[in-house]
Amino acid sequence: MIHILRQIVRTGIVSEAPPPADEALRLRHKLHDEILRLLGRALCIRQVDAGSCNGCELEINALNNPYYNLEGLGIKFVASPRHADLLLVTGPVAKNMETALLRTYDATPEPKLVVAVGDCGCTGGVFGQSYASCGNVASVIPVDVQVPGCPPSPTAILQGIVTAVSAR
Amino acid sequence: MAYTTLGVIPARLPGPVPVRRCTVDARQLVAVCGAVRQAGGLLHALWASDESDRGAGQLLRVALQDAAGLLILELPLAGDAPMFPDLSVLFPAAGRMQRAARDLSGVRPQGGDARPWLRHAGWPEDFHPLRKDAEAASAWPVRQERYAFVPVTGDGVHEIPVGPVHAGIIEPGHFRFSVVGEKVLRLEQRLGYAHKGIEKRFESLPIVEGVRLAARVSGDSAAAFSWAYCMALEALSGAAPPPRALALRALHLERERLANHLGDLGALGNDAGFAFGLSQFLRLKEDLLRANDAAFGQRYPMDAIVPGGVAADLDEPNRLRLLGEVAPLAEQVERLHAIYDDHAGVQDRFMACGRVEPELAAQLGLVGMAGRASQQLRDLRCDHPHAPYDALAVNLCGHRGGDVAARVAVRFAEALESLRLCRLLLEQLPGGAVRAPVPEPQPRAFGVGWVEGWRGPVLVALEAGAGGAIRRCHAHDPSWQNWPVLEHAVIGNIVPDFPLINKSFNLSYSGQDL
Ligand code: SF4
Repeated sequence: MIHILRQIVRTGIVSEAPPPADEALRLRHKLHDEILRLLGRALCIRQVDAGSCNGCELEINALNNPYYNLEGLGIKFVASPRHADLLLVTGPVAKNMETALLRTYDATPEPKLVVAVGDCGCTGGVFGQSYASCGNVASVIPVDVQVPGCPPSPTAILQGIVTAVSAR
Repeated sequence: MAYTTLGVIPARLPGPVPVRRCTVDARQLVAVCGAVRQAGGLLHALWASDESDRGAGQLLRVALQDAAGLLILELPLAGDAPMFPDLSVLFPAAGRMQRAARDLSGVRPQGGDARPWLRHAGWPEDFHPLRKDAEAASAWPVRQERYAFVPVTGDGVHEIPVGPVHAGIIEPGHFRFSVVGEKVLRLEQRLGYAHKGIEKRFESLPIVEGVRLAARVSGDSAAAFSWAYCMALEALSGAAPPPRALALRALHLERERLANHLGDLGALGNDAGFAFGLSQFLRLKEDLLRANDAAFGQRYPMDAIVPGGVAADLDEPNRLRLLGEVAPLAEQVERLHAIYDDHAGVQDRFMACGRVEPELAAQLGLVGMAGRASQQLRDLRCDHPHAPYDALAVNLCGHRGGDVAARVAVRFAEALESLRLCRLLLEQLPGGAVRAPVPEPQPRAFGVGWVEGWRGPVLVALEAGAGGAIRRCHAHDPSWQNWPVLEHAVIGNIVPDFPLINKSFNLSYSGQDL
């Protein structure tokens, strides 16, 4: 126990301030006031990997490290779309995931937001569109904000989330 | 090992790793596979290539690993009846690879599991995307899939289906547990959800640009796959990357191993109810990624390794900075290791959980880091060291335990070993250029790259087309061999331990779904 406490003291607090919203990322203008009113300062995110290379997942996972202090901002990842306010979707949408993504979207209660993460989520990326890939997320479900990058940094992903929930 | 008595006389392919190749008939294929199996060798990969543009049928390629290295057997198959012997009776790992080859190329094993593997309901059964006449852009409406899971019956047995969308931030896949009470009787995996047509996509890219796609076969293994791709391309085109570039590639590969091991060690602590471990290790990982960003302009090595060398040189201030960070990081990892070891609650969850005995691991062909934790003591960096590993004397990290605790112990040992290698690489970094020209390859030139990634050995088999194109590229992740072993590892464990066991293997979905 003493070693754990000593390590915690030695580490100190490393959390940093979150990035501001970036209007350049926004695709849709809708519902923001309502979402802010409904959400207040708490946001539940359901992450859906619709066929990524797993690189984007590495950076989304990094949001849970103490530098980004996601929970301190009132944002948490939830296990069911039924508890979610926002879907964070990665990857080109694999044909084999199209149905699952549509079902997840349908299961998410209104009002809902969708943030497409990564070059793949934005455009289909290196994988493009083919017999096996539907291409970008917006070709399957409505998308509010797109975050480019391969993979985008945790700061960029957080900025996309903040942009989606912040009123204009 | 000599196969000459079987009439098989393989020829060595150019390149820094020992790869031999030979054309065989069906009888020789089975005989050599049997001999390799007998001698404790492995099936590494299996795929097919359409030769119809050359007036032939399909070509089945089987990559075996024996004591001398990699042996690629090529079996020509008739165009109208592309059948081959079922190798899953010799190598259980062949089962899913054969099913995938059937889905993608329309080649059929004479026996074994006949269910589709990568094809779900997005395209029809008679569409084989890797056939030369298959249009990459073909599209069909997605239908409802009916997959014949193996039923488990008995008193009090019930099923728990999970996925493809999971509760956490992980890749898509479906797991079907048959349980009695809390105890797992059987797990059946259904993968392929992340299949996005990577191998077909390769064939639309110039061969020098294919590396970008290779790096994204499995993003957590970007350095391993991009190095393997470049190794294959350099071997078939006769390019020679300079020593400084090879050292920087190894630096990327070891830092990738380190980043993944640090992240997993944190996540494993968390899954065992020790959130302190997660925040500590994720902090160390973040520091490592930020240092990558400062030194190379990228947090992850997605575009760091390029044909002929590396994309960015390391300047002197950053070399010193990275070197200076090695010892403090090693000290922190050792300190956290002691904390994990002393924590009774964590050890209680780790010990005897998800055990794969060495005998079972050998029988099923478990490879890589998980294999080493079950006494399968193979590591390409030690067994067939190519530059710069030939000058580093890499220490192999193994364990007999085969449980979560053993896979944690191997990760700790490998993280520290990678830090030692990073120190050596940075101290002895050769001078000179970081990129060499890559001559345009001859059509039909064939090359193989084989690199020990953090999860295990990754393989890229590349064949050049005319005019600098890719004729065929097969990228193989070790997850192919290890996913089926996970089905065995959970038997008899309780359902709540599954996330911990799964994380202890941390296999790639994208890497096997392609
Ligand atoms: S954007 Fe890049 S990192 Fe993200 S899924 Fe696509 S290829 Fe992988």
